[in-house]
Amino acid sequence: MYGRKVKLRFFFIVLILLSLILSVFLILKSLEENVVYFKSPSDVKLIGKLENKKIRIGGMVKKNSIKISSNDINFIITDFKNEINVIYSGAVPNLFSEGKGVVAEGYLKDRSYFEASKILAKHDENYMPPEVKKALEEK
Amino acid sequence: MLYSSIGYYALIFGLMISFPIFFFSIKNYKNDEVLDNKIINFSFIQLILVILSFLGLILSFLFSDFSNETVFNNSHTTKPIFYKITGTWGNHEGSLLLWLLVLTLFIFIFLIKTKSLLKKYRVLTVLFQQIIIIGFFVFLITTSNPFNYVFPTPNEGLGLNPILQDPALAIHPPILYLGYVGSSIIFSSVLAATVTKYISKIWATHIKNWILVSWIFLTLGILLGSIWAYYELGWGGFWFWDPVENVSLMPWLALTTLLHCILVLEKRSTLSSWVIILSITTFSLSMCGTFLVRSGILNSVHTFANDPERGVFILTFLFILIFISLFIFFVFHKIEKNSSSLFALISKETSILINNWFMMYFLSVVLIGTIYPILLDVISSQQISVGPPFYHKLMIPFLIPFLIFMAIGPQLKWIKSKLEGKINFLILFLLSILLSFFILKSLSVKLLVNTILIGSAFYLFFVTVKDFLFKKIKNVSQNLSHFGFSLLILSILFNNFFSSEVITNLKVGEKFISDKFQITFSDLKKTDEKNYISFTGFFLIKEKDNEIKLNPELRVYNQPNIITSEADIKTSFLEDKFITMNTVQNEEFFNIRYQVKPFMIWIWISVLLISMGGALSFFNRKPK
Repeated sequence: MYGRKVKLRFFFIVLILLSLILSVFLILKSLEENVVYFKSPSDVKLIGKLENKKIRIGGMVKKNSIKISSNDINFIITDFKNEINVIYSGAVPNLFSEGKGVVAEGYLKDRSYFEASKILAKHDENYMPPEVKKALEEK
Repeated sequence: MLYSSIGYYALIFGLMISFPIFFFSIKNYKNDEVLDNKIINFSFIQLILVILSFLGLILSFLFSDFSNETVFNNSHTTKPIFYKITGTWGNHEGSLLLWLLVLTLFIFIFLIKTKSLLKKYRVLTVLFQQIIIIGFFVFLITTSNPFNYVFPTPNEGLGLNPILQDPALAIHPPILYLGYVGSSIIFSSVLAATVTKYISKIWATHIKNWILVSWIFLTLGILLGSIWAYYELGWGGFWFWDPVENVSLMPWLALTTLLHCILVLEKRSTLSSWVIILSITTFSLSMCGTFLVRSGILNSVHTFANDPERGVFILTFLFILIFISLFIFFVFHKIEKNSSSLFALISKETSILINNWFMMYFLSVVLIGTIYPILLDVISSQQISVGPPFYHKLMIPFLIPFLIFMAIGPQLKWIKSKLEGKINFLILFLLSILLSFFILKSLSVKLLVNTILIGSAFYLFFVTVKDFLFKKIKNVSQNLSHFGFSLLILSILFNNFFSSEVITNLKVGEKFISDKFQITFSDLKKTDEKNYISFTGFFLIKEKDNEIKLNPELRVYNQPNIITSEADIKTSFLEDKFITMNTVQNEEFFNIRYQVKPFMIWIWISVLLISMGGALSFFNRKPK
């Protein structure tokens, strides 16, 4: 029937195709698991069921809301429509201050309480995360 | 005023020089036997004009000429002279002018260095390179002119972002660009060689030097950026899988693969399709990086302005280039069918092919992780981010066979090799696994995966050391680079496993006590510097019986009004001690972060070794 060479080539093509499919599947699957969604405080209010999944919340740090103790920092993120309380124990970036944009990453405890594991550093005093800008524009 | 005008007109004339180069190249390609000297002369004039333009911008920065918009936006009279000069390329317009400078410089060097090669090939390379050069000229002049006027002339500039005022970051863009733009020569040359059917051993030997140079600079450029991020951003990490980092890693992965393929082409005249595709990929990824970073799609310190027009231009230009190159590939490239290109299943060729597929896999992971959030935002306006877990999960399992192949591959011979008599390699592997098991045993990490992972890294480590010491005929540069890579993986992993950190909020005079550390915040001092006010914290850290003093700093810059925190790091060969302090608005508390990071310096050293391996192959030529 077919020569040895043809069989070998066929075998290689199948092998390559299989590994391609496998790697695409792997990548997509892990993408699904590890993606972090961005929400504004108003979005959070609309969440139906609370999942134990890492999310990002962005908005402005509410004026006079930062409270600091030796272990953690409390503050409120607002999009001027809804607010959410954030508790955080970790390093804060330089430009973290009241009335400025902020993005916090972590887990929702309930619809108005967020436990942040990271606050993202931004490096420009006029900088506003695009997500925040959008959230603020939509209001 | 004067320098800006000189710079601007030099730029316009530079663009106009492209037309004679084009004209003479086409004429020369058709007719003559030897390369027309006019092409070289005009390329030289073009280079001089771009240098002049660049000097014009540097001088405008140096003399703080605020009638120039770029200078106004990015400089300030109180800025130190060094940062006035480096500020030239610390912004969008200036950095693109630097791109252009390197583009014209490289094609000129190419022309003088290739006198012995086929004329048609040289002329065509010049032509392709000119297409890229014209693209960048037009891009610069129409969308990002560095010499725009501001009227009336402001008295003071807006200043350079303080975190860019740093020695490592001052040289990071030029070094990185030498790597990025070096890939443009490879791209033009590959297209020219495909059209003229010049892809051969001679061509491979010559283009290998260009690949090596780009690769070395790209590696060093990434290293510098990484070191900067480590001490300046204050997180104590060296790689964040941030999209702006990924766009530099992607061309690096493609270029590294290309470097391996070109060796096969040089020795065995095979894998030519790989070489062509990879050259196109590397350059496209470099352009793509420029697009993603400069268009404002990715928000970061690299994004100087949000201007959709620029993004659209680069994207269109990129698509045209990719279209041309794919057209050339499919029309002109004929896959060689000669007996000399055959090789057996167990051979060096196979191992390099396996390496290629692994690298392509890593590349696709990074590519998808970087592009997917952007696509999703465009399609469904959902905003997401892809973080380190994604990359770690997909890469680490594949790193294990990759490391093992990296150790075995160089042991094999070209064409056909036997596995007999290689029993000692198996023993070495088992020893490595055992060693890593004993190191990890006491730690609370996933034992199985990590034991095998560190074991494989140790394996590569030992094999390369063994080769270096005992092998008679060896490829020192390959040996050094592979050794560097094993060291890199080992130091990254140990750095991960043995790091410890404390984050706390302290007032001046307070003390933090845990079972491991004792941190005393003894004093805070204020000093006035030229363009910032500095607050230095005095910390005393006790760990077991050791006591060290660390003085991190907070800088309040006058223009722009930004606070930065400068980490204080005590580096030793075993570990880095790293401390940063931050203010929280109007509060007496300072946010303190103290980290102990083992083997940090070895991460930098190993990357240096990897690139040194590349550099060595220049000095390690066998005489012909």
